[in-house]
Amino acid sequence: MAQVSIQDSEIDIVIGAVQSDLTSFMEEWRPIFSRYHLIIVKDPDLKEELKVAGGFNVNVYTKSDIDRVVGSSSSTVLFSGYSCRYFGYLMSRKKYIISVDDDCSLAKDNKGNMIDIVAQHVSNLTTPATPFFFNTLFDPYRKGADFVRGYPFSLRNGVACALSCGLWLNLADYDAPTQALKPGHRNYRYVDAVLTVPTRMMMPVSGINIGFDRELVGPALLPALRLAAEGKFRWETVEDIWCGMCVKVVCDHMGIGVKSGLPYVWREERGDAVESLKKEWEGVKLMEEVVPFFQSLRLSKAAVSAEQCVVEMAAAVKERLGPVDPVFARAADAMVNWIKLWKVAGSQTAVA
Amino acid sequence: MAGASVSPTPLLKDELDIVIPTIRNLDFLEMWRPFFQQYHLIIVQDGDPSKVIKVPEGFDYELYNRNDINRILGPKASCISFKDSACRCFGYMVSKKKYIYTIDDDCFVAKNPSGEEINALEQHIKNLLSPSTPFFYNTLYDPYREGADFVRGYPFSLREGVPTAVSHGLWLNIPDYDAPTQLVKPRERNTRYVDAVLTIPKGTLFPMCGMNLAFNRELIGPAMYFGLMGDGQPIGRYDDMWAGWCIKVICDHLGLGVKTGLPYIWHSKASNPFVNLKKEYKGIYWQEELIPFFQSATLPKDCTTVQECYIELSKQVKAKLGKVDDYFLKLADAMVTWIEAWDELNLSGGDSAKLANGVGKLAI
Repeated sequence: MAQVSIQDSEIDIVIGAVQSDLTSFMEEWRPIFSRYHLIIVKDPDLKEELKVAGGFNVNVYTKSDIDRVVGSSSSTVLFSGYSCRYFGYLMSRKKYIISVDDDCSLAKDNKGNMIDIVAQHVSNLTTPATPFFFNTLFDPYRKGADFVRGYPFSLRNGVACALSCGLWLNLADYDAPTQALKPGHRNYRYVDAVLTVPTRMMMPVSGINIGFDRELVGPALLPALRLAAEGKFRWETVEDIWCGMCVKVVCDHMGIGVKSGLPYVWREERGDAVESLKKEWEGVKLMEEVVPFFQSLRLSKAAVSAEQCVVEMAAAVKERLGPVDPVFARAADAMVNWIKLWKVAGSQTAVA
Repeated sequence: MAGASVSPTPLLKDELDIVIPTIRNLDFLEMWRPFFQQYHLIIVQDGDPSKVIKVPEGFDYELYNRNDINRILGPKASCISFKDSACRCFGYMVSKKKYIYTIDDDCFVAKNPSGEEINALEQHIKNLLSPSTPFFYNTLYDPYREGADFVRGYPFSLREGVPTAVSHGLWLNIPDYDAPTQLVKPRERNTRYVDAVLTIPKGTLFPMCGMNLAFNRELIGPAMYFGLMGDGQPIGRYDDMWAGWCIKVICDHLGLGVKTGLPYIWHSKASNPFVNLKKEYKGIYWQEELIPFFQSATLPKDCTTVQECYIELSKQVKAKLGKVDDYFLKLADAMVTWIEAWDELNLSGGDSAKLANGVGKLAI
């Protein structure tokens, strides 16, 4: 399949700095990232000075920038911890955003080559998705693959891909109970596939390694579900899982696609699953309510844009999940605030 | 949580039959000998019944040709295709085992990226004996595989999974393309080994290929009818597709799982694309009607067995697809005939092995 060629200038790399010293992280990624514009957002809760490596085309945002744009301190809470990256999504004016956690490094593929996650995410985002019928040879647009016998021809054009969910070698994105039970468990399996997650199938999107089309779904990548004791390790958050389900509902409603699989990043050892489990297990419990809600959520025909979809979703969250736990009522409010913010600060199209 | 045990995969040698349709010879079995010899084979001989199919020494098998099928099923034999590998489903019907593995006679043992020969049957057994997860997608693929698990965000209430009814394997070398794709890409070979098994989500249809397929006969057997193809029929190369759409609707309804991915076999023969095009031609534009039909098919709550689901589906085929072509009226009737034949042979406890034309015993 012919691929659209994408200019480097259409891409932003957004990094949420949950740790203060990013120099070794940036050095590690220099071969891949240095040709692109970077947006680094410092977690507003971080007290230490942020250290970044030189020689990059980068914009750094800190608490004072967030306060300036967002206004009230209650809104600043929206961007604390891992959610600081969403401020970067707000500020970006590019079509494609690639975002990885600051504890990830370059992985190698099964042939020993360094994985260019930007190229792979962009490839996923610029080739069609196929959410309406499953292709058993996975992504039919990859070189050396195609649609198999029995795949209806009318569905072979595919639809636009709005979200690309990558994976992780070494420390996989397991929850705290799973990792605590198997402390030595590491993911070494390189699965050489990208596939479209079928329509109406919900999935846990990990924020650790993603790419998305900001023009299509930007407003739906939002900070909303904040746990009472949310912490600075992924085991202590579910904000990205919530956000991912919102995006999947929006994509399913708009008839566009979500892909999962390549590229892989190498995720470093950090934190202690047992400690995280002792501190925070609320997230695991909440998923029992969250998943059935999103599985049954249907939006009205009137919701045409991603913003409209989010507003409708927020109302449904407030009505159906709000009574279950106050964390959901707060999430619904956060979604509404986010859309207001997006309209003011996020939606102007940039001059190239 | 997903099991981390590395206990050996059970052989299931008395619980699994290998069904092979053939028209030529079974030389390919020599390569599979280390993996298949312990299992009972059911060979369904298509084409000229007077031809003698030579089975390599040392295999325990029963063989059925067209005369046997006619003799055993009588008038109901009309539902079994002639001059098409779709006839293999007769083997599913006469089997007495819990599991079936079916493989084409141009499929050989493949090698994994480390150069080791792949025991396809063992992987299928692993797939069938571990649960499926059709309700929520796991981004690390099959969580029950050694070295994998459920990811963060996967609800614990869904981690038990559901029973797996079907294991759909893949193919290296000659990929399973349709005729138009074969014509456009005659040289394309599948060289990508994707080290994954995954559950096909509930509500999603897929093209099921019968070349390298295993299933739990007790859970889904009656729905594995491969339709009316070949001689006297307007269509071919849609037998496994038809079965795949039917079983997926029924599995979704009954809460059973379908897996796809590993194991790979090595597919050696590319069939003639011009011959294929003639066979598939009607199917290519009929499937534009078939897919919306299956995507929107629902089964009533009181259909709780596979047979009930299948009969209900046949009624819907008759009602909604009859207007596409009269073929579907015939097919709907054949679906009913198939279930009647299945129940006759399986619920009455008849010993059809005694009726086989050729029965080979393991020479020890």
